Amino acid sequence: MAEFSPTVSTKKKLKWSKLYSFSCMRPYGAMVNDDARSVVFGQPGFSRLVFCNEPHVHKAKPYKYAKNYVSTTKYNVVSFLPKALFEQFRRVANLYFLLAAVLSLAPFAPFDPVSLIAPLVFVVGISLVKEGVEDWHRFLQDLKVNSRTVQVHKGGGIFVNKAWKEVCVGDVVKINKDEYFPGDILLLSSSYEDGICYVETMNLDGETNLKLKRCLEATLNLDIDQEISNFKATVRCEDPNPHLYTFVGNLELGNKSFPLCPAQLLLRDSKLRNTDYVYGVVIFTGNDTKAVKNSTMVPSKRSRIERKMDHVIYLLFSMLVLISLLSATGFSLLLRTEMVKWWYLRLEDENNDYNDELLFNPSNGLVSGLLQFMRALILFGYLIPISLYVSIEVVKVLQAMIINKDMEMYDEVSCKSVRARTSNLNEELGQVEMILSDKTGTLTCNQMEFRKCSIAGISYGGDINEVDLEASKRMTIADIQAFQISIDNFDTRSNDVQGFDFSTADVSTQMGVLGGQNGMQNPIHENTEISSACKVASNIKGFNFRDDRIMNKKWIHSSNLFDVTMFFRVMALCHTGIPAEDDKTDKLKYEAESPEEVAFLIAAQEFGFQFFQRTQSTMFLKELDPSSGKAVKREYKLLNLLEFCSSRRRMSVIVSNEDGQIFLLCKGADSIIFDRLADNGRSYQESTTIHLSSYAEDGLRTLAFAYRLLDDSEYESWNKIFTQAKTTIGPEREELLEKASEMIEKDLTLLGVAAIEDKLQKGVPECIDKLAQAGMKIWLLTGDKKETAINIGYACSLLRQDMKQFHLSLSKEGETNNQLKAMKQDILNQLDSFYTVMSKESNQQQSLLALVVDGKALEIALRSDIRDHFLPLAVKCVSVICCRVSPKQKALITRLVKEFTGKTILAIGDGANDVGMIQEADIGVGISGMEGMQAVMASDFSLPQFRFLGRLLIVHGHWCYKRISKMILYFVYKNIAFGLTLFYYELYTSFSGEVLYDDWYMTLFNVILTSLPVISLGVLEQDVSSEVCLQFPALYQQGQRNIHFTWSRIVGWIINGMVSSLVIFLANIHVLSPNSFRKDGTVADLTHLGAMTYTCIIWTVNCQIALIINHFTWIQHLFIWGSIFLWYIFLFVYGALSPAYSDKGGFHLLVESLGPSPMYWTVTLLAVVVSLLPYFIHFVIQRMFFPMDDHVIQEIKHCGKDVDDDRMWQRQQNNSKKTTQIGFSARVEARLLYLKGILLLASKT
Amino acid sequence: MSSNTPTSSSGGAGSADSSAARRNSKRPKYSRFTQQELPACKPILTPRWVISAFMLVSIVFIPIGVASLFASRDVVEIVDRYETECVPTRFRDDKVQYIQSAEDKSCNRTITVPKRMKRPIYVYYQLDNFYQNHRRYVKSRSDKQLRSNESADDVSTCDPEDRTPGQNPIVPCGLIAWSLFNDTYSFSRNNQSLAVNKKGISWKSDREHKFGKDVFPKNFQNGTLRGGASLNENVSLSEQEDLIVWMRTAALPTFRKLYGKIEVDLEANDVIDVALNNYYNTYSFDGKKKLVLSTTSWLGGKNDFMGIAYLTVGGLCFFLAMAFTIVYLIKPRYFSNYKDLTYLTVYDLNE
Repeated sequence: MAEFSPTVSTKKKLKWSKLYSFSCMRPYGAMVNDDARSVVFGQPGFSRLVFCNEPHVHKAKPYKYAKNYVSTTKYNVVSFLPKALFEQFRRVANLYFLLAAVLSLAPFAPFDPVSLIAPLVFVVGISLVKEGVEDWHRFLQDLKVNSRTVQVHKGGGIFVNKAWKEVCVGDVVKINKDEYFPGDILLLSSSYEDGICYVETMNLDGETNLKLKRCLEATLNLDIDQEISNFKATVRCEDPNPHLYTFVGNLELGNKSFPLCPAQLLLRDSKLRNTDYVYGVVIFTGNDTKAVKNSTMVPSKRSRIERKMDHVIYLLFSMLVLISLLSATGFSLLLRTEMVKWWYLRLEDENNDYNDELLFNPSNGLVSGLLQFMRALILFGYLIPISLYVSIEVVKVLQAMIINKDMEMYDEVSCKSVRARTSNLNEELGQVEMILSDKTGTLTCNQMEFRKCSIAGISYGGDINEVDLEASKRMTIADIQAFQISIDNFDTRSNDVQGFDFSTADVSTQMGVLGGQNGMQNPIHENTEISSACKVASNIKGFNFRDDRIMNKKWIHSSNLFDVTMFFRVMALCHTGIPAEDDKTDKLKYEAESPEEVAFLIAAQEFGFQFFQRTQSTMFLKELDPSSGKAVKREYKLLNLLEFCSSRRRMSVIVSNEDGQIFLLCKGADSIIFDRLADNGRSYQESTTIHLSSYAEDGLRTLAFAYRLLDDSEYESWNKIFTQAKTTIGPEREELLEKASEMIEKDLTLLGVAAIEDKLQKGVPECIDKLAQAGMKIWLLTGDKKETAINIGYACSLLRQDMKQFHLSLSKEGETNNQLKAMKQDILNQLDSFYTVMSKESNQQQSLLALVVDGKALEIALRSDIRDHFLPLAVKCVSVICCRVSPKQKALITRLVKEFTGKTILAIGDGANDVGMIQEADIGVGISGMEGMQAVMASDFSLPQFRFLGRLLIVHGHWCYKRISKMILYFVYKNIAFGLTLFYYELYTSFSGEVLYDDWYMTLFNVILTSLPVISLGVLEQDVSSEVCLQFPALYQQGQRNIHFTWSRIVGWIINGMVSSLVIFLANIHVLSPNSFRKDGTVADLTHLGAMTYTCIIWTVNCQIALIINHFTWIQHLFIWGSIFLWYIFLFVYGALSPAYSDKGGFHLLVESLGPSPMYWTVTLLAVVVSLLPYFIHFVIQRMFFPMDDHVIQEIKHCGKDVDDDRMWQRQQNNSKKTTQIGFSARVEARLLYLKGILLLASKT
Repeated sequence: MSSNTPTSSSGGAGSADSSAARRNSKRPKYSRFTQQELPACKPILTPRWVISAFMLVSIVFIPIGVASLFASRDVVEIVDRYETECVPTRFRDDKVQYIQSAEDKSCNRTITVPKRMKRPIYVYYQLDNFYQNHRRYVKSRSDKQLRSNESADDVSTCDPEDRTPGQNPIVPCGLIAWSLFNDTYSFSRNNQSLAVNKKGISWKSDREHKFGKDVFPKNFQNGTLRGGASLNENVSLSEQEDLIVWMRTAALPTFRKLYGKIEVDLEANDVIDVALNNYYNTYSFDGKKKLVLSTTSWLGGKNDFMGIAYLTVGGLCFFLAMAFTIVYLIKPRYFSNYKDLTYLTVYDLNE
């Protein structure tokens, strides 16, 4: 038993180590493993030597270690250009364009080299600028982190502020409360007398509870600035490594050596909590720290469409090679057999010093053929549009800008909006099939609230949950009529549909909840009371509870006064929290290891049981005395504390009150408590159980409260055993303690349960519902406890009561080979049993399976030999929850699931522990709401809140996917339509490589005349408006199935391009040749044919894009019709220039020869209509006979049917939700089904 | 632990103004463009639209087709192929040798006018299998040189016909000019010669801007190899219309070029005697030579392609319009049944 010391009263002087009985709270205390002893320091791997408080020694070799400057940038000033260029030319397309540009410098090139080099420079330039800007932002972020300040000992006990980057190994630093550690630090002492401190490691492993660290006894006294000045010691320890949970070393102080363990190591990126200050010696800095060692380089990601586009490029490239080969072979053959006869070419001229000597050398057909091949590669290079890359870059940047500017995704609270940090993945947003989500900080606010309680069998604070509310609403709208007859016997008001209002619906839903049992005295009465109560939102943090029956001291009128009082006492006494000084009001704030305890303490305070002071062995409460109605101070002696740990799942305190009565107050998981109830302590068990299940269904975290009155004699005898166990030193101590506590925690009397809500962020359930309707699966990966994770699963509607849950966990732990084998077998057995259940379930029509995996089990399950058993099961489950997973496991799961399913995976998280997962996933999303920036820095998109994910994916993702895929297809079409005309013409020029078009036309084609419409398509196209996207999330599945970028579509567009080019070319040559094309008898020459064909192409490709655009704003109109008009303007201006500039034949072309000739205009009309006809017919047939969802919705919208016939519109929306298996709607659906069952039953009786 | 963490929402309570300003500055500005709310028209292909579109095409196309077919039918065209006939029978085994020899190349042809031909009647020569569009050929010219006298020396692009062996620049240089067509035709009807007007057969812009008035042929056809016609050194290039026409390289290996115009009407069954000099060598590459007399319509020469194409497309569209109308009448899908939307649910999430 802890001794009582009246002098210490401030929390700083509390000796926590004396309070605890178990080691659970000190996870690292017992982890000093014996192997570490055998380590020989100075050997490789364990060679680090740190001279504490002598940082100058570490300024020079051999003890000069890494600087504390941490850089996350990819490049520096020098390496930027070569490195980034190298990255760029790893893209196959860029390499090809580079090759083409180099070739274009050769004399045989068909065009001006500039027309090939300029776009390449542009594309690469834009990418370089993008890389540069991104890296610059990273640099700024680094700068911010590196210039955070910390107090560093400068000598003589004086501490000065220094920037993090200047902190050096060996420095003694002082860290204050809520500050981050600048490096890996050896704890010397803390503001607590026994040298412990609390750290929050959320950024490292995502766990929300605080970790306890303790210093060595030897350095305990170094707890004021002055003491530090004389401190000298040497640390020998392991070399830098990425293992977060291990550390071995020795501290040599004076002539003694003390072993060090992870409990003394404070890691970079973790934070000091609940401790005023600590002193420590910096051991690892900068890149040597474990946190940095754990981070990985930002991988560059490419979207699925882009990867598929590469294949399209390969296809086009093969086409290119094929036609180049054809023309080279043709040329080579003709050269030898035919061209030699063409005297007008003078191929065999003696004094032939012409540039083309090699190219047209009939005696060396092979070389000529080869050169011709290269020339053709460049000439027909129009098939592979470099401008596609330019346009895509431009479009993606604009898309990203539009995403960033979306006002609907702006968070008023944090003043942040969505950031697309890379624009490479916009369209990938439209194809997500799985979301891996972190819990804390992403789905939840890491804030616990006291929501409901059931005291002595009566539930308080229980407003109707939203699922029932929604179900009852839906009942009144849609289903009541169908059940009218059945209800007739049952409820007279059912004839009047309007009259079937909220309260009656509630009766039935409540009955549904109770399953026909009569646990409540008067449901209707209770409901009215609750509905009035729950309207007022709580403004006390951690307390979201309204119930007039027990609030505002009303509980003193309760019938079971003693039980109610005891319930509150358990809440106020059974914990390890401490009150924080807060002088302003009479309400106190609390600090505790877990946020739940804080919530309980606040709740107790609200109910009139204010815990206001703790000493080593006493707890003081201000209690509301029921008889007087006044607050009285009461003192409770804390006799023992049987602390909480995850295996026990309960905690107890043994206290004696002022009358000397000894109570055991216990709180814990319901099943554990129920097992330990006395026979006469079960009076409330039945009703409490019902409440428990309803709380659990709502995703609330429940704890059962119980007490036991102890006899003095019984306590004394037990205390001996317990004290003995406590003083035992050795491995059996834990076991003895556990046994001892088992002896006393029995024959309890149940008081009730309290329900805590792990508060979800705003809009999370709605967002998850939308995502589920959009066909996405959501996996929850959290570092938190299983219970918490499951609660959140319920709260987010990822889990439902009617789901079949598989729990995969390990019964034992171990490291040796045999144990490992046993564990594997264990996991395999569990998996096998799941498979059997599943095969049974799948026979029934609706089988909903959920999988809950524990981190340790997961580690085994992901080993290569079991993986193939595990993953198929996991993928089949509707929802998967992984708890207690490490950051590394998160990344591993992400990678394995990605590889196994081949689907697009999105990972979302907020902390540094999610970085691996974010980087590994196809799309990484970081939540920027919280303070840590690591996740955001590693992410591709950052959101201020989880709820924006819905809009980002369902609206922007859907749009971007459609835009980019349409754009690529159109681009392919456009360039084939254009490029192939060049090839067809080649057939008519004996493959000599003459170009049909003027150089200017060639250059302008992709740069000006057809680029803007396609960019407007890529930026502004909408199949349906954003509201409709959100009303019909099922539309998103088009992206998941990638139906807009299938090979059949790609090939279809390629064929369309071929048809168009063929039609245009044939029409033109047949019209023009060989006859006169004007009334004045003149015949057309090369320039005329070129200009006419080109006119047809410009019209065709621009009209084609008009056919595929669904959404015309003035911008599209301007660009499309403007482009066509611009061509005539160009032709006019080009013709008006002096012949010196328009040598090749543009001179007076439009004005003199083409414009006045009717033939020119009629052939344009003919070619355009004919070349568009095949697409148009296909399109019409598809729309009329095989419409897709978006088409139908467009039509309904177009005709205003959604306004006329709202019920139809609603019904369609509901239809689209039907297949959903998780999410709020699905829950409502399931509830409805259940209620209908009850109604049917009622109608039968 | 969360109870003593200051949150961003409560932190700014004291400085409401500044935080409001900050909020405003960071909040995305509303613009219809960035919010994707620009007013837009969203055309939907309803059956009515589809049928109207097809009908429109057929209504426009069929008349155009008919008109162009009529125009083409109105044109009278006489084609006379002579490259074999004009080689004396004894040389027919080796025509190349004949054409390169100094034998007499004159040849007489008779043409009967099938139908009345209204003036002007255009006289063309047509060459087949002659690749004026060969890259080597097309490039071999110097536009600068043709334009002005100062650039006479600008022959860098004219290889191999750039300079005489004495290094004097050839004007006009290049293979195109060198291979100028040199067959000549003269026509007579009933022994009355028909004047062939050789003025105005080239593009005006060529005469006035591209071929200089001060540029005169020099050293032309003086090289070792003689190509085609020679030019009168005293006539400026801008007046050498045959050259100008020839220099407009044809797009395709079969082409016609304007030779001249006959400015009188020809009556049906008129017999026209053509005295021609068959100088030009097409025999090396088996090229055909044809003499063409043709009138024109508003659409140019005789060419049924356009009319037929227009009629075909118009007819097809008319057929499609009818077909869709029938389908629409028999099975009206639109907006009467919404079963189509159940499409949304055919996706099975669990596959």
